[in-house]
Amino acid sequence: MSMPNQTFRTRVSEGLQDAYRRNVVGKVQDYFRAMRNNIFEELGNVEEWRERAAQIRSHTIENLDAYLEMFSENIQKNGGHVAFAADAAEANRYIQSVAKQHEVKTVVKSKSMVTEEIHLNGALEDIGVEVFETDLGEFIIQLDNDRPSHIVGPAMHKSKQQVAEIFSKKAGETLPADAQELGRFAREYLRDKFFRADMGITGCNFGVAESGSVVIVSNEGNVEMTSSLPRVHVVVMGMERLVPSWEELDVLISLLPRSATGQRTISYATAIHGPKRENDLDGPEEWHVVIVDNGRSKLLGTKYQQALNCIRCGNCSNVCPVYRHIGGHAYGGVYNGPIGAVITPLMENLPEWKELAFASSLCGACTEACPVKIPLHEYLIELRHDVTETSEDTWSERMVAHLFGTATAHPSLYEMGQKAARLPFLSSAAGPMKAWQENRDLPEPAKQTFRDWWRQHKGGER
Amino acid sequence: MKVALFVTCLADVFFPDVGKSVVQVLESQGVEVVFPPDQTCCGQVTFNSGYWEDSKKSAKHFIEVFENEEYIIAPSGSCASMIRLHYPKLFEDEPNWKKRAEQVAERVYEFSEFLVHVLGLEQLQASFPAKATYHQSCHMGRGLGLINEPLQVLSKVEGLQIEPLPNQEDCCGFGGTFSVKMPEISVAMASEKIKHINESGADLVITSDLGCLMHIGGFAKRQGNGIRMLHVAEVLANQKG
Repeated sequence: MSMPNQTFRTRVSEGLQDAYRRNVVGKVQDYFRAMRNNIFEELGNVEEWRERAAQIRSHTIENLDAYLEMFSENIQKNGGHVAFAADAAEANRYIQSVAKQHEVKTVVKSKSMVTEEIHLNGALEDIGVEVFETDLGEFIIQLDNDRPSHIVGPAMHKSKQQVAEIFSKKAGETLPADAQELGRFAREYLRDKFFRADMGITGCNFGVAESGSVVIVSNEGNVEMTSSLPRVHVVVMGMERLVPSWEELDVLISLLPRSATGQRTISYATAIHGPKRENDLDGPEEWHVVIVDNGRSKLLGTKYQQALNCIRCGNCSNVCPVYRHIGGHAYGGVYNGPIGAVITPLMENLPEWKELAFASSLCGACTEACPVKIPLHEYLIELRHDVTETSEDTWSERMVAHLFGTATAHPSLYEMGQKAARLPFLSSAAGPMKAWQENRDLPEPAKQTFRDWWRQHKGGER
Repeated sequence: MKVALFVTCLADVFFPDVGKSVVQVLESQGVEVVFPPDQTCCGQVTFNSGYWEDSKKSAKHFIEVFENEEYIIAPSGSCASMIRLHYPKLFEDEPNWKKRAEQVAERVYEFSEFLVHVLGLEQLQASFPAKATYHQSCHMGRGLGLINEPLQVLSKVEGLQIEPLPNQEDCCGFGGTFSVKMPEISVAMASEKIKHINESGADLVITSDLGCLMHIGGFAKRQGNGIRMLHVAEVLANQKG
């Protein structure tokens, strides 16, 4: 994750000006909202499901060291290799060394935000390896040198026409803006890469500690090819992505597609238990699982620990009115929407990303929608508090807050302040409320405050 | 029954008619209303901006002013949720204040919540012939879980027809200092809210939060959109005949 070379304000204003994206995000949100509500109601008591899921996640994170140990021991028993990477550089070095060892020329990839986070593609290209994204959305993004704008729908911001233009460049001929045709091109283009690739790299939705298995859910079927066709398969996963056993997986896997895309179930749930065994016909000869920290452990043992409960369904973005209008790129990091606004500053550093905490009206839609009950908007308030405790450049705002706090503790001062609110300065176009009034009218203060009215009409009654 | 009115800063300075309406409605139900004159602000603005030490000053003052009252009524879902949900949290490291904060938190009621759950309001002498829609504010709905209560009391108003508001649970973009710090996003949200209000076909918007009222109303006015906005209490205070 790194800050793009633009200020938050610029990114927001670009997001707001993108009429196509705003329209499509709005439509997708409305669609998901309707789908999700129906599909959730079918489950029965939604709150019980959420509570159970939250308990599973919290329990796992509280005992993460033990489950990581169990998970890695079981992977090794199954014949896999495990590597723990403290940061992006360590993870990339390890994967580069595996690639070099196997003289890898071509890599196919599927389903991984962590590799986006650690900039793995660049690291592989640095050692002369060609990398092909095979999820349709990621494929589009890669061809266009763009960044994902949604956790689940990375290319949601692109129109069919734009995709046709991007694909046409690659195809060397004009392709029609038709979903079937564009899908056919991608399928043909990628099929060749699957067969040619020496290494497959995937992410991991859930690691099952009791068996050392990696579970990946998908809709396109490319995960199967990425993980089974090439000689080497490398799984790159965040260190928090575990469940104790298959029983708990069952609960989370029931909630993930319902929350993510409003699907009752998902097309594929691939469970991988290790490299090819003696009598297996297919499968990789070597299997590596790279478990990445990269800032995650900074949250352990803090008030923000529950943010690690996230199962990356993207539903907080699907309901967020701020995301709806500014889009995913405005958040700057790999993880967008409310969860991005929480974890990006925590995993990286707060001062650099402090504006994200303020890019929320605190409406609470994200918290209400989160299937594992992360108190997202409460965390944003906590982050704001942390910003004021650590930041040095908000002097004028700090003074206003101090004055306000003092005035509210002294009724006579407070009433003086109320009188001052009638001064033209405050409501003038040059005063502190200037930004408010660019597009909105401030109401005129009433001629008589309520308390003055009370004194006059109810005086003596207290 | 005696209740203490916490009028809130927005109502006090900008919308005193809301305070007067609350008094009128409560008195019409035989409730005695007192107004502790030393009251100021609940401290939500500083809390949501991250200045918790300053917010504590406001909260301590509020607690001192109101802690001996049996019922504290606020015509604002957002201020009531600040007191009920956040005061106890603010004083996590000060056990004595935390206890006092929890006591006050238990006694604070949002206006329609009090009418429905404490008074068990049966009848009103109110009439308001209009086609209206109700804006469910976020702190009121998601924060306090008060979604039906305002509609319940509004259903007792003669001549008032409530139309559903598309995407009713969406935030209007006020968010206190959010509307000052992130004006572009805030305005984009207000704009969509207005669109939905227009789609509802209503010519009056009723709400339980004056922040939303000020924001939606302020944006509509600038757009030259003649949307009329009122607080629930103002509608209930409109007497028959």
